[in-house]
Amino acid sequence: MTVEETPLSLHDAPTKRMNMIEAINDALDIMLERNPNVVIFGEDVGYFGGVFRATAGLQAKYGSSRVFDTPINECGIIGVAVGMGAYGLRPVPEIQFADYIYPGFDQLVSEAARLRYRSAAEFIAPITVRAPFGGGIFGGQTHSQSPEAIFTHVAGLKTVIPSTPFEAKGLLISAIEDNDPVIFFEPKRIYNGPFDGYYDRPARPWNTHSASEVPEGYYSLPLGKARTVREGEALTVLVYGAMVHVAEAVLAEKGVDAEIIDLRTLVPIDIEAVEKSVQKTGRCLVIHEATRTSGFGAELVSLVQERCFYSLEAPIERVTGFDTPYPHSLEWAYFPGPVRIGEAVDRLLAS
Amino acid sequence: MAKRPARQTRRGSNMPQLSLHVPEPHYRPGDKVDYSWLPIPPAGKQPKPDESCPAAETHPLCLDLVRVLDEHNEAVGPWDPRLDPDTLRRMLRVMALTRAFDERMFRGQRQGKTSFYMKCTGEEAVSVAAAFALADDDMVFPSYRQQGILISRGYPLVEMINQIYSNRADRLKGRQLPIMYSARDYGFFTISGNLATQFPQAVGWAMASAIKGDTRIATGWIGEGSSAEGDFHAAMTFAAVYDAPVVLNVVNNQYAISSFSGFAGAERTTFAARAIGYGIAGLRVDGNDALAVYAAMQWAANRARANMGPTLIEYFTYRAEAHSTSDDPTAYRSAQEREEWPLGDPITRLKRYLIARGEWSIEQQEEMDREVAEEVRLATKEAEKNGILGHGLHHPFHTMFEDVYEELPWHLEEQAEQAIRERRIKWPEWKE
Repeated sequence: MTVEETPLSLHDAPTKRMNMIEAINDALDIMLERNPNVVIFGEDVGYFGGVFRATAGLQAKYGSSRVFDTPINECGIIGVAVGMGAYGLRPVPEIQFADYIYPGFDQLVSEAARLRYRSAAEFIAPITVRAPFGGGIFGGQTHSQSPEAIFTHVAGLKTVIPSTPFEAKGLLISAIEDNDPVIFFEPKRIYNGPFDGYYDRPARPWNTHSASEVPEGYYSLPLGKARTVREGEALTVLVYGAMVHVAEAVLAEKGVDAEIIDLRTLVPIDIEAVEKSVQKTGRCLVIHEATRTSGFGAELVSLVQERCFYSLEAPIERVTGFDTPYPHSLEWAYFPGPVRIGEAVDRLLAS
Repeated sequence: MAKRPARQTRRGSNMPQLSLHVPEPHYRPGDKVDYSWLPIPPAGKQPKPDESCPAAETHPLCLDLVRVLDEHNEAVGPWDPRLDPDTLRRMLRVMALTRAFDERMFRGQRQGKTSFYMKCTGEEAVSVAAAFALADDDMVFPSYRQQGILISRGYPLVEMINQIYSNRADRLKGRQLPIMYSARDYGFFTISGNLATQFPQAVGWAMASAIKGDTRIATGWIGEGSSAEGDFHAAMTFAAVYDAPVVLNVVNNQYAISSFSGFAGAERTTFAARAIGYGIAGLRVDGNDALAVYAAMQWAANRARANMGPTLIEYFTYRAEAHSTSDDPTAYRSAQEREEWPLGDPITRLKRYLIARGEWSIEQQEEMDREVAEEVRLATKEAEKNGILGHGLHHPFHTMFEDVYEELPWHLEEQAEQAIRERRIKWPEWKE
């Protein structure tokens, strides 16, 4: 067990430049050290350190009883995680791509999400399922999906999506400490640097962005709380993951005084932050990469409509991916980029 | 398309047509049943390998049937666990208690006291004898037909009945279908309505125990029908890969609702034979022979505890009654099957064994049957004071929203308020 560090305010803590992968790796390292019940496993995560290097070095440091490779069987990965959680461990399994999570879906929905409820808290599933998600990398339909809405619909699961290295480390630590099952979707497009939606411009690495200054050592960011990326008066943008940066860039280019809310946790959502912002600006734009029908945007639009209707000056706009499998060649036609966002902003501000 | 004779060649072709084989059980309702085609190896002839043997040494046993009690009610062969008569009498009593409990609860459902019940008639030895061979803190990941394990471990019958009635005192707050027990303090995992999910969970628990250098093992339980699910494969693969200290039990009671075991692959090979493919130890045992069940579980538990890895055990038994209170087996199988089952009834056989050894008598059996029936009756009356299902609504509405998460998020607080508002309108006289 580690000696407790003297608590430091996050503001004063020494920081290090990290990209999102390094921040995730750091969070896992800290939690493995801090809590001897944390175990990490998944396909290629052990010796190799994960196809995205998220678990690099961890097996060497903590041994193969704590960090190990698994068979290619997502049902088994989640199923054994549930069993380990029932024993008293705190499993952090990795699903190699969110696109592959479906064989584990039954164990997540029928089991992990319901253990506490159906056993009146005799058994719980304190598991955190990490998976890279989202497109923008020419991954095609099996490496680019954003299935978060399938999970937000399931009572008993929490869904968390970070948008920067600073966010990723703090949220992942919170997710691991949370005693409820958490789905932690990592936007793979921004593992190495923020993305402004302009695929034909040179990629920026994280070290040019302030949110890559990540405090060393332990800190956590609360689940269920959104963060205000930018304060503004003209309109509210409700967004998460990679789209946070796309939104920022597009709105800055258009010179719009947007209030950008990074939701961070989809369920339970920070409804106060949403309401407060929409009541202030009177205009709301929801953005997500995932397919349109029944995407999480539909839930956001409903919540805003129900709770802030009389504050609205215009219909709520929803910018999403199309209702298609994620294409390969037509990647940038699918991706909700500056043109689609720009049009929505114009419509929102016109009325 | 119009019917065509089978295997007719197509015009102009000299190739036979393909045809699909769909398994059919030997007997359907109204058929006369004769099990002479079923190979029943003689009792006592199966070798008992060392518990630390290489897995392959058990593989012939996967196609055999470990039996201890023979047709003369004697215990024979190397698998005889040589249990003392007191232990056997206790085992007999727990089996009888389980059966009496099943009887009463089934009647209760028919009387409208609850919505649903599932008996394990004919499978009492599978659960009870196995439980006797385990330590009380070895973790059990059951299906819905291992109530014998819970009863064996001394879980209060009143608690079980409270749960079955979803009444005020139900520890599970009326949330679960009847018989979906959870008993952490008794090493009994919360029962799921989804089939086979418990199998990889058992392996995970065992892996965790190994990671922590514990000494407790896990056992998973699944029906032969459910062994067709993908989760079975996941469990077997993970158990094999990590050498998990787990005993994986397939209870082959011949039926999955109306589908006989052929639909899970029984026409091809045994269920124990899956162990051969995965390279782990396997045993196939007469599930109606309490001594053989005990011996098999003891062997596998010792093996797991010695870090020699997992064992797959198939218990060959017969589902004597319906799948559940919602099922009527006269619609799909011959009523004679139960009577003609060549491996008899587990309670009868253990009783006869003890009587043959001079350790029991018909009078004692009758006395015991009266006692266990009375025990169940008293527990039922006690539980009924807390209410029966009726129209439900026995729990404060707020409990519906608790335990979804550790803390109630804002949206569940709002929804709880709505549910309580509705209650005041619809059931104004209802008291919390």
